[in-house]
Amino acid sequence: MNQHTLSVLVENKAGVLARVSSLLARRGFNIHSLAVGPTADEGISRMTIVVDAPELEQVKKQLHKLINVVKITELDRATAVEREISLVRVSTDGQKRSDVLEVATLFDAVAVDVGVSTIMFLVTGSPDKVNDFVELVRPYGIADLVKSGRVALARDQKSRKLRAI
Amino acid sequence: MNTISGAQAVIKALEREGVDIVFGVPGGAILPAYDPLYDSPIRHVLARHEQGAGHMAEGYAWATGKVGVCIVTSGPAATNLVTPLANALMDSIPIVAITGQVATTSVGNDAFQEAYTTGITMNATKHNYFVTNPDDIPDVIHEAFHIAATGRPGPVLVDLPKDILNAHLKWHKPPKLDLPGYKPTVEGHPRRILEAIKLIESAHRPVIYAGGGIIKANASDHLRRFAEQTNAPVVTTLMGLGGFPGTHDLFLGMPGMHGTYAATTAIQKADLLIALGVRFDDRVTGNPDFFAPHASVIHVDVDPAEIGKVRQAEIPIVGDVGRVLEQMLEAWANRPAPDHKEWLDRVKSWRADNPVRFDQNPNGPLKPQFVIEELYRRTGGDAIVVSGVGQHQMWTALHWKFSRPREWINSGGLGTMGFGVPAAIGAKAGAPERTVYLIDGDGSFQMTHQELATASAEGFPIKIALINNGVHGMVRQWQTLFYGSRYSGSELGRDTVNFPMLAEAMGCIGMRVETPGEVGPAIEKSLSINDRPVLIEFVVDPDEMVFPMVPAGGSNDQIILGPEDLE
Repeated sequence: MNQHTLSVLVENKAGVLARVSSLLARRGFNIHSLAVGPTADEGISRMTIVVDAPELEQVKKQLHKLINVVKITELDRATAVEREISLVRVSTDGQKRSDVLEVATLFDAVAVDVGVSTIMFLVTGSPDKVNDFVELVRPYGIADLVKSGRVALARDQKSRKLRAI
Repeated sequence: MNTISGAQAVIKALEREGVDIVFGVPGGAILPAYDPLYDSPIRHVLARHEQGAGHMAEGYAWATGKVGVCIVTSGPAATNLVTPLANALMDSIPIVAITGQVATTSVGNDAFQEAYTTGITMNATKHNYFVTNPDDIPDVIHEAFHIAATGRPGPVLVDLPKDILNAHLKWHKPPKLDLPGYKPTVEGHPRRILEAIKLIESAHRPVIYAGGGIIKANASDHLRRFAEQTNAPVVTTLMGLGGFPGTHDLFLGMPGMHGTYAATTAIQKADLLIALGVRFDDRVTGNPDFFAPHASVIHVDVDPAEIGKVRQAEIPIVGDVGRVLEQMLEAWANRPAPDHKEWLDRVKSWRADNPVRFDQNPNGPLKPQFVIEELYRRTGGDAIVVSGVGQHQMWTALHWKFSRPREWINSGGLGTMGFGVPAAIGAKAGAPERTVYLIDGDGSFQMTHQELATASAEGFPIKIALINNGVHGMVRQWQTLFYGSRYSGSELGRDTVNFPMLAEAMGCIGMRVETPGEVGPAIEKSLSINDRPVLIEFVVDPDEMVFPMVPAGGSNDQIILGPEDLE
């Protein structure tokens, strides 16, 4: 199943999240992640929804039928910046601590809480980078993990050529 | 500063929308709104059950083209409304439902008669509102009517907590629409229109496949002109019957599971399908992999989500089907009607050779199809016909020649048994000068027949032809065909209920007909009674089945025309 990222502008009204998630469930689309928060316009919120779906046309059309949905944009790596945050508590029993810290350095992961036998890292970046970090520390033992869900914003199309990433 | 109560604002807002009748049942949480309703010119029709109130609003909306309104209280009343809401969503019927709710201070506390109405109805409405600020009432009611009636029509629910109804607000006018995410497309894209015209010109075997959208968009005149100018045969779905004259030379009937041979086969052989206000429902397509295998598709619909949902369209056109047909007619301009003689000869021979048949032995058991054809003859087809759901509905669709829009009212998409009696009342309320004839089955009828009391108490002299075969006929038909005639749970008993006596007990005239010879005179008598509802019970053959038939999920190339096609 393909993953697609949708950036959905919705009216900032009670119950809109329930409408969106209920619609996706009713039409049989699986939500991989969903992040929602305010935009610069206080009347409008932005949802970044990652869905597993063979194709996106029906998802978009069905979402558009919701009265409170204002705009839907399909995003991908080429046209958008996609980021994710994860907090990962990694076991650092015995001799593992320096090895774990070495991996963290490679990923710019920051130790935000250090305990006797675990360290909690904050890692942020593209979804692939966050996944890679998690996979690399997994052998040491992940005690706990949380992901923010993907957030994404379309790049400035006009000046895209000028931008080096 | 002059203020009015939230309840007064609700009634005033309904009056501003031009509402002249509402169907409802009062109760605790909605009581504040019933008080100003008492002084309002709006007529209130007291239903016996909230489901009835909802279907009445639907029948009214079908018959008039206006938004139907129902008003009920919280909790069980709101949950009783779920079926009509889901029905209106499926069949795109514009209704507004007003529900009471427990006070905002009690919401979430499992208060008496509390149900999470907006949550429960979220997927049974086009949109719904939970009002928490009395100042919002005038605009919310206005938005509700706007959303219900525009784009693809549908049900909108407004949930009003009791303390909000009792609070005060300053009435403001005119009302505002604040719907940044709701802008239905009306005009078809001009380039697509031209592409469509080109495709129609080059087609050899076109078929117009028209649905309920034609009725909703009041586009039946456009459809007739379009069909005549392009010389294309027309099939209409169950929801589209009456959108094209049933007696027209280009009309082939209804396609699909219980469609005519000519309509179903024409689609299978077509090289172009001009789909107008339809949604390629499974009852039409059968197995979609085998549906219209040789056809390109032009699909016009006001709801973009319908286009490409089941069948990819070569030319998708989003827009109001009436407006798009206008555009197509303009673009067609002075082109001569294409010569489709060979194709038209073929489809007309299918129609002539495969009429919908039945055998009425003058001394044998009464056949339901005979009753319906006799009704058509005796009324001259001049009636609004309402049905429940089941065999009687299919027989009516096959044997009545609907010639005008809004004269056929039934539950298509959801298949709501029990729709008939209350929908007929709603239709009569909307068109009091018309004969409203309900053709119902005994199974469907018994789901909502308490509304006969509403019909007589409120003075709606509807007429009912009750096709009593004593069984859930469609279920029984499937049991006969696919379950070895094991009639599990489908027998109601033809003699269990004395239906004429039931009708009389509720203030109606009741009659019973058991032989073919009695049919005509009984119908004549029913047509002469206009001061109260009339019910004629027709005791019919329980073994009669609906044909033609394409078994569910089958290919539309394999049509069972009658019992002789079964081994």
